[in-house]
Amino acid sequence: MIYLRIVLMALMTALLAACSEQSNPPANVSQAESVPVAEVSVLAPVEEPLPLEDGQAATLRGAALNTDLPAPVMAAVENTDLKRARQYPMQPPTIPHKIDGYQVDLNANKCMSCHARSRTGESQAPMVSVTHFQDRDGNFLAEISPRRYFCNQCHVVQTDARPLVGNSFEDYYQLTEKANQEGGS
Amino acid sequence: MIKRFIRKYWSILRKPPVHLSLGVLTVGGFMAGIIFWGGFNTALEVTNTEEFCVSCHEMRDNPFAELKTTIHYSNRSGVRATCPDCHVPHNWTDKIARKMAASKEVWGKLFGTISTREKFLDKRRDLAEHEWERLKANDSLECRNCHNFEFMDFTRQSTRAEQQHSTALASGEKTCIDCHKGIAHELPDMAGVEGW
Ligand code: HEC
Ligand code: HEC
Ligand code: HEC
Repeated sequence: MIYLRIVLMALMTALLAACSEQSNPPANVSQAESVPVAEVSVLAPVEEPLPLEDGQAATLRGAALNTDLPAPVMAAVENTDLKRARQYPMQPPTIPHKIDGYQVDLNANKCMSCHARSRTGESQAPMVSVTHFQDRDGNFLAEISPRRYFCNQCHVVQTDARPLVGNSFEDYYQLTEKANQEGGS
Repeated sequence: MIKRFIRKYWSILRKPPVHLSLGVLTVGGFMAGIIFWGGFNTALEVTNTEEFCVSCHEMRDNPFAELKTTIHYSNRSGVRATCPDCHVPHNWTDKIARKMAASKEVWGKLFGTISTREKFLDKRRDLAEHEWERLKANDSLECRNCHNFEFMDFTRQSTRAEQQHSTALASGEKTCIDCHKGIAHELPDMAGVEGW
């Protein structure tokens, strides 16, 4: 027990040391050049850690805790009706249109009024995939399975919000491509 | 007894006036007419406002509360659809017909047919069906009072909207309420409703 604690303490100290090294302004940046954090918009791309002055490493909000930033503008839902590529084959497709006010509850399922098998002729919407008709034992039902009823558990709209942090996700094909180029097996 | 009473008053009514001139009678009748007509129409106007509709708690706590979250209550254009905009016809004969039907609803109020949320929800399918039927029969007249098909710019609509509006709606095969149920209130159990 005591050993564990010592190891933990050592780890924490190392971590703290690493952090404080990062948040100190690099020597070649003069004080005047360094950006006071409060002036930086929340949406600024956060690629490099910002050079912080002492006592400013307080929060990720970009401002001290006792101040209020102006609320960021609400992002608009993309309503292009254009399918987006999926990042991997089993990804639930994202919704390419607005769903404001669409009721999905015990009484009514607005999604299914277009995406149900029987409705797709009129609506020209894609039919829910055949997996949605399977119960958890893999048996096919005549209607969608109750466990698939609440569409928004997996399918969501996308907004035009700028990502707060970068994303370095690489899909399977990019990874294998890379491996091939490196001559790996 | 009643017969005698009626006969007596009938004879008074039939007696030509002795003390009044024809002029007084005509002008008086005219004025009375204006007053009654005005009163009638004022009553119509008063009952044709949202304040009147939501003055009873059944409407305030259910349809009105639900309307508040929809685009017909608040939107970027600042145009507000009120209850009578969607529920009372503009032209006079239809309006009177709807008002007579509404008198029945006042009975419902007096006897507490939908006095609680639960009772309202139980009744909702019936109530909604009446509205769908009415809007289906008049080709969604109330919607069209604000949304005129002639002036819809398809190029400014979403692809889905444009596709449906330029086909099924344009050909008259479908009307607004066929596709736009539940735009102002929550829907009842839709089992068996066409298109659901
Ligand atoms: C008082 C006028 C009025 C009446 C009556 C009316 N609407 Fe609207 N409707 C509006 C306004 C205003 C908007 C919002 C316009 C905007 O800012 O986008 C709107 C928006 C809509 C939308 C778009 C919803 C969205 O999310 O973009 C639909 C669908 C709609 N109405 C259908 C109907 C139907 C169906 C009826 C009849 C039952 C009806 N409206 C009656 C004024 C009206
Ligand atoms: C055949 C079905 C159909 C009919 C009939 C129909 N609509 Fe639509 N409407 C749609 C669909 C689908 C959408 C897009 C999805 C949504 O908003 O839910 C839409 C969208 C709208 C919108 C929003 C516009 C946009 O760009 O998204 C308005 C406003 C509207 N309809 C009004 C009406 C009115 C008014 C009528 C009657 C004159 C009507 N619709 C009849 C299917 C229909
Ligand atoms: C934009 C049009 C619109 C407006 C505004 C509107 N309604 Fe409705 N109302 C409808 C439609 C359409 C129905 C038919 C059911 C449905 O599709 O939701 C309906 C149904 C109803 C029903 C039957 C029960 C139900 O929920 O289906 C009641 C009661 C009602 N409305 C009351 C009101 C009251 C009170 C107001 C004002 C606070 C109001 N409505 C405003 C369009 C409207």
